[in-house]
Amino acid sequence: MWIRIYAIFTKELKQLSRDRMTFGLIIMIPLVQLMLFGYAINTTARHIPVGLIDLSQTSESRAIAHAITATQSVNFTARYRSIKEAEVAITRGEIKAVLYLPADLTRRLFSHPLYDHQQPNSPLTRPVGQWIVDGSDTVIASSIRALRNMPLDEVANHAVIRTAPSFEVVQYFNPEQRTVVNIVPGLVAVILTMTMILFTSAAIVREHEHGNMEFLITTPVRSIELMIGKITPYVLIGLIQVSIILSVGHWVFSVPIRGHLLSLLGGSILFIFASLTLGLVLSTIAKNQLQAMQMTIFILLPSILLSGFMFPYDAMPVAAQWIAEALPVTHFMRMIRAIVLRDASILLLGEDALWLGLFTVGGIIIASLRFKKKLE
Amino acid sequence: MNASAHQELEPTEYVIEAKGLSKCFGDNIAVNKLDLKIPKGSIYGFLGPNGCGKSTSIRLLTGLLEASEGEVNILGQPLLGHEESLKKRIGYMTQKFSLYDNLTVQENLNFVGAIYGFAGRKKKNRIEELLALYDLEKQTKQFAGSMSGGQKQRLALACATLHSPELLFLDEPTSAVDPENRREFWERLFDLCDAGTTILVSTHYMDEAERCHALAIMEEGNKRADGSPQALMDAMPATVVEVSGNQLRQFKQTLIQHPDILSAAQIGSHLRVLVKQQVADPLNFISQLSQGREALLARPSLEDVFVACTGGRHVD
Ligand SMILES: Nc1ncnc2c1ncn2[C@@H]1O[C@H](COP(=O)(O)OP(=O)(O)OP(=O)(O)O)[C@@H](O)[C@H]1O
Ligand SMILES: [Mg+2]
Repeated sequence: MWIRIYAIFTKELKQLSRDRMTFGLIIMIPLVQLMLFGYAINTTARHIPVGLIDLSQTSESRAIAHAITATQSVNFTARYRSIKEAEVAITRGEIKAVLYLPADLTRRLFSHPLYDHQQPNSPLTRPVGQWIVDGSDTVIASSIRALRNMPLDEVANHAVIRTAPSFEVVQYFNPEQRTVVNIVPGLVAVILTMTMILFTSAAIVREHEHGNMEFLITTPVRSIELMIGKITPYVLIGLIQVSIILSVGHWVFSVPIRGHLLSLLGGSILFIFASLTLGLVLSTIAKNQLQAMQMTIFILLPSILLSGFMFPYDAMPVAAQWIAEALPVTHFMRMIRAIVLRDASILLLGEDALWLGLFTVGGIIIASLRFKKKLE
Repeated sequence: MNASAHQELEPTEYVIEAKGLSKCFGDNIAVNKLDLKIPKGSIYGFLGPNGCGKSTSIRLLTGLLEASEGEVNILGQPLLGHEESLKKRIGYMTQKFSLYDNLTVQENLNFVGAIYGFAGRKKKNRIEELLALYDLEKQTKQFAGSMSGGQKQRLALACATLHSPELLFLDEPTSAVDPENRREFWERLFDLCDAGTTILVSTHYMDEAERCHALAIMEEGNKRADGSPQALMDAMPATVVEVSGNQLRQFKQTLIQHPDILSAAQIGSHLRVLVKQQVADPLNFISQLSQGREALLARPSLEDVFVACTGGRHVD
């Protein structure tokens, strides 16, 4: 039995090392994704192009525009004379929002408590200006909404006493609130899902398409031997990818790696096996490589959307949470973030580890049972 | 007709016995009620045109396809339920090259050896033996995908016989091989046969079919005739007449209209005409039709048998 598993293992490894394309993908997918997610994707928007309608034309109005630019949230890229003109520009997509400063700006400003703290906070206080926002993009809309309570003391040139907040918030683990810190470990989970399922979902189908299967199934090789031999080389590949993502994440994006390397290794291996067997099951269902690819995408989409990579797991509706629980990646997403960012040991994450183990054993059994040594 | 004259020596043991073996793909009947009895130690041929069900029959006999109907005994055991234990005792060379293009000859052989449970010195010796036997020693480091048709076919045979199977299935093994290499290949087959291996080989070459101890002529899933090549020729249900003279093309057109003529094919400077058996004096019958052209009786060839059995539909 072990002779055969070893034979299939070495055969797969040799074929893999000669397949330049696949080998390139193994290295390039993590790097490209990491750069994309690390640099391009940021859920707090910056330098949003906006317009300005300044009807007051005073030193105060210029000071307000200047103070807003200083927050780096927006860039004033155009000026308009009327709201009509600005609306057209928003519709065309040239700007995402427009700031309207009315002609009586100075009067409104001087009676505003955020400008002059001696002013009473009365219901008659009117906002100094108005933001008209293209609300279709929620990220941009919420970034501009954050400007709503912008202090006006910089315009006033004197400090304003602000009321004490109701709660003090202390942020553990990611004090600077950088998105990339949460994304890099999540990316490990997503990329492993993608590559592991992609490679193995084609594993059995490819042998069928190249005509190798007809010979292989006339030999005494057993299904389980074929399955185990086929997936083990990819464990190495998976671990290479984990190392690439975490080391680039660590050195380029300063993502802290707090957990123990053994926990990291254990968790990764569990998840790699679970993904590989999921791919194998797909491979026994698919009729050709195209179908295998389509099924991979079918699994990949919920893996990205529901696993907690994009949206917080706890904020999802219950039905979506159930679907998420059925995907190995959700369990690993929790584990790797806990291990990398919060220094959790794998023993602390027993439940998720157990799930991944169950996925693997179940997957191997299903794949071996489904795989028939027949041509139909 | 069913000329069941097998080998000279009385067969005592059948390696393959099939009764009423059928396979349907939807409405398409690929193999229809095939009966086979193949004695131990013989080379048995499946002769037939493309799509007649040769590969499907072989896949049924190796257990790769589930039969729609019928029973098969392989090496004295019913195939159904014993597929896996029989796999150690049979070898199969597929029609399409089924080894790994991106592995070298040596790696392919190592892989197949390990799959059959060979290890260490035993594996090394066996592989060296095969490399020498099939003249692949210079190619050991070459990728299988970059080899010529004849080399691939020798590698495939080496892999199929690595575990010294008692029964060997070869599906069109020489389709990509020149005549010289084909002769050489058949020498190897006779060596294997001599060592006691029973071989079932499919082909659409007449000269190959003629080398078999016995063969089955297949058409559209049906076995039309079987027996040794000689017996098949002797028992052919038609007479061969060769006609030579001028304007043979036009003469052929008039001949094939005639209901008593099975087929007429031009071969070089004469026409080879198959006259149905019920015609009492075929030579006289043709002479009358041939308007002064010369007509002679000829010895039937296997191709004539093939044409007579398949109704001439596959030969111009
Ligand atoms: N998997 C399949 N599904 C549906 N039809 C099939 C299948 N395999 C074979 N057939 C059909 O069965 C018939 C016999 O095919 P088979 O491959 O056995 O022919 P063959 O004698 O080996 O031909 P060739 O000389 O071209 O190899 C054909 O009509 C083919 O279309
Ligand atoms: Mg065929």
